[in-house]
Amino acid sequence: MEAGLLTGLVVFVLASFVGFEVINKVPPTLHTPLMSGANAISGIAVVGALLVAGVREWNVTTILGLVAVMLATVNVVGGFLVTDRMLQMFKKKEAS
Amino acid sequence: MSTYLNTGIELAYLAAAALFILGLKKLGSPATARQGNFLAAVGMLIAIAATFLNQSVLNYEWILVGIIAGSLIGAIAAQKVAMTDMPQMVGIFNGVGGAASALVAVGEFWRVLNTTGTVPLDATFIAILGVLIGGVTLTGSLLAFAKLQGLITGSPVTFPFQQPFNFLLLAGFLAGSVYLLIKPENPAIFLTLTTISLLFGALFVLPIGGGDMPVVVSLLNSFSGLAASAVGFILGNSMLIVAGALVGASGLILTQIMCKAMNRPLTNVLFGAFGGDSTAVGGAGGAEIDKTYRSIDSEEGAMMLGYARSVVIVPGYGMAVAQAQHGVRELASQLEKMGVDVKYAIHPVAGRMPGHMNVLLAEANVAYDRLYDMDDINTEFDRVDVALVIGANDVVNPAARNDNHSPIYGMPILDVDKAQHAIVIKRSMRTGFAGVDNELFYKDKTTMLFGSAQDVVSKLVSEVKQL
Repeated sequence: MEAGLLTGLVVFVLASFVGFEVINKVPPTLHTPLMSGANAISGIAVVGALLVAGVREWNVTTILGLVAVMLATVNVVGGFLVTDRMLQMFKKKEAS
Repeated sequence: MSTYLNTGIELAYLAAAALFILGLKKLGSPATARQGNFLAAVGMLIAIAATFLNQSVLNYEWILVGIIAGSLIGAIAAQKVAMTDMPQMVGIFNGVGGAASALVAVGEFWRVLNTTGTVPLDATFIAILGVLIGGVTLTGSLLAFAKLQGLITGSPVTFPFQQPFNFLLLAGFLAGSVYLLIKPENPAIFLTLTTISLLFGALFVLPIGGGDMPVVVSLLNSFSGLAASAVGFILGNSMLIVAGALVGASGLILTQIMCKAMNRPLTNVLFGAFGGDSTAVGGAGGAEIDKTYRSIDSEEGAMMLGYARSVVIVPGYGMAVAQAQHGVRELASQLEKMGVDVKYAIHPVAGRMPGHMNVLLAEANVAYDRLYDMDDINTEFDRVDVALVIGANDVVNPAARNDNHSPIYGMPILDVDKAQHAIVIKRSMRTGFAGVDNELFYKDKTTMLFGSAQDVVSKLVSEVKQL
């Protein structure tokens, strides 16, 4: 196994533990917004899509990449906005 | 120059990852949740901006077209969606995220194959993983969306020889993978594996009932994170690996919490349709109870509520579907004006996802210190004068406590039957999602108030005003 892959694996495992720990203590009230927020973060695939779509020549890969950029952006923008819309409602109540 | 730039990009990625972790952490507390979401969004912006600095990213115009189109679609969808449809929305966002990961995996495999003529063993392996997870996420999410939206039947779909067929497909996938690992030059095999992955997603969700879809959406959310991670491995990009792993882990925890709330192991949710043993005994335990019930009209109901000292409202999905939450809030504030202590009892799986009911009530301006979790409110029910059940059924069925033949036996419930009186607003005497009769409805101190939640609640509001 090459070094880059191994480093990746280390990062992956450690980040998973962080994910478990961070989420562990969350009141049920926030589970839906949390799922939605995490879902928006999974739109990070947009970074991968950008790298693949970035090449300045037309071939199958760039076209797939561009479609992926669009889809991942839907996930990111929609995800964060919808989460904010949900959380806004909690805010409103505090004021009243 | 370019090494400085690359270091800068990596540092920006590090900042973005830190913001994601902080954001997720803050999303866990009501006071900071909105800020947390904002931080995560800022992290995403930094990650995207940093990627633009990468010197291999040159195709700006078309990328901008893609980003603008995606942003517009996402923003419009996020604004338009009704709060009751939230699970579907998360499902479909999830699906497109998975699709993006799968497309990148396919594209990168294609590029490496066409430029070097072959693909290294480890790269092929990760590409297969990425396509598999991404593909399953895509079609699984789309099917979950279709089920939740009512586009296809919500009941479990099974067909003859389904299991042998699945195993055959799995065997085919494994054989194809091994072949591709040895001879990666064969793009036809790779495309076949992609197709099988897409089939897997559909076949995986098809036999799961509509009521369990939120668990599926949550699990697929976890998958979409893992798919992003796989893409990170393919491209050697740490940002993708970290963010994907975070989502993968958090999605798994949430799925676990949901299953716990329904007192069912995850395997039962996913493969329950094949077991068949849990559903068969449905009616057996309910047969011996005396099936007479009392029904009242809204005037009588308003009197019971208005002259009570304490009222606990138990909202269920029926209330949400009828869009009655605003009426319920109005009723509650009328009652509070008359000096009645009003609380809301929220079952962990009320609504369609954990916390979904809280969001729906929040939308109707219900103060969230009035919302009580199951464990907190259950100790109080014996001191409650009237429990008002609106469109909830299985979550208040005492059979879950008493009747070990019942399919819902062992599921934690709200102890509505311990209140002095219970008023149940319901369309008819039909059974709930689990298909089980509810002995609560036949108790002496329970009265039924038939009608659609919205009509009944608005009638109650005007009757209470006249008291």
